Amino acid sequence: MTKVPVQLTLNGEERAEFIDSGTTLLRLLRDKMGDFTLKAGCLQGTCGTCTVLVDGEPRLACLTLAEDCAAKAVETVAGLSGNGSLHPLQQAFLDNFAAQCGFCTPGMLMAAKVLLEANPHPSRADVVEALAGNICRCTGYEPIIQAVLSVSRGSAPRAASGERA
Amino acid sequence: MPLAYQSFSELSAAAALLGADSGARLLGGGTLLVRRVNEGDTSIDTYVRLRDPKLLLLDAAGETVRLGAGITMSRIAREPALTFLAPVAKAIGGPAVRAAATIGGNLFAPSPYGDFGVALLALGATISVENTRGTSEFPAEAFFDARDDLDAGSIVTAVTFRRPANGAFRFLKVSRVRPKGAAVLSIAAMVNRTNGIVVEPRIAFGAMAKTAIRAHGAENALNGMALTAESIERAVGIAAEETSPATDAIASGWYRKTVLPVHLRRLLLDALAEEV
Repeated sequence: MTKVPVQLTLNGEERAEFIDSGTTLLRLLRDKMGDFTLKAGCLQGTCGTCTVLVDGEPRLACLTLAEDCAAKAVETVAGLSGNGSLHPLQQAFLDNFAAQCGFCTPGMLMAAKVLLEANPHPSRADVVEALAGNICRCTGYEPIIQAVLSVSRGSAPRAASGERA
Repeated sequence: MPLAYQSFSELSAAAALLGADSGARLLGGGTLLVRRVNEGDTSIDTYVRLRDPKLLLLDAAGETVRLGAGITMSRIAREPALTFLAPVAKAIGGPAVRAAATIGGNLFAPSPYGDFGVALLALGATISVENTRGTSEFPAEAFFDARDDLDAGSIVTAVTFRRPANGAFRFLKVSRVRPKGAAVLSIAAMVNRTNGIVVEPRIAFGAMAKTAIRAHGAENALNGMALTAESIERAVGIAAEETSPATDAIASGWYRKTVLPVHLRRLLLDALAEEV
């Protein structure tokens, strides 16, 4: 099997690996670079739990070839928190009970990050649209939507503010 | 089976490989092709990436719109000169799929996917196909007829169409899951009117056959007629008879055929309500 070098930036850090040609970004990140924050879900582009950012755009790592990401900047959940503190989105998911089994959470967080960077004050409909490619079978989505909205409002968690889903 | 990824800057080199290697496939956004490999399709052994800048050219400034085949749905959705196509692009997948999925790839999407192709059919688009022997221009309907029998090494490079008059182009997609879901059916229509008379309308259906199809009977029922509730009803009555949709996980063929008239009627009544 042909081994090819791939060099990219992962969460701000220059990384390079030799990979089998035709490897997906999902397999490169998990198997070679040890970033297990993105999950291997459906591998069909349907569930969204492998969502990462490539040069700021949301991409499904299971359908993205590693060789197409050469010299690009890849962001995963592993890069969200720093210096021992959670990213505001992560804190909001925690405060709003937006993760139950947690399997969809990394994709949800990255999809929400894309939205808030482009549109810091989204409507509820904007949030629903931004998360449309990410499936959650636990929460019924409402706590996730509320978590994203709470970050955009800069408000206290839903429970503390007395809002209901 | 080991996979390979080969990148080319020259179309002729990519076309030569695609023509010579039956396991080689041109890679667009990967949302169809990589999925097939992930699902275990061992007939594919080589991804071919073509980095020809012309695949990304977008010329929408004038009356003739030309879109490179490598342009993504997310770029269409945010292009100010293509607002009439934004509802089509936004109906395809979630944001991460749209960021990858291309116009060229969508033209090869199996039913019930391929909503952008339905729109191109209604727009009367021309599909440019290149191979090592030259360029062919296919009217969209002829392209879909020939799609699965194109010579090996053929590459869709661009689509071209005349910009529709304001409000003349209409699109709807029916899906079981909103805002994202595969089509129960989709309908795109160009309904141009002169002095209230419908002139050469084009109506296209998605998920109602193996590929996107034109509804010629319904078009003929409207052509040269005033757009009225009565003429719409005649067109709607004919439309479903022209189709033989498949049964799949999204909907049965019977259901698709049963609800098609309802949605076509809504689309045409919306056109009637909105004077062009």
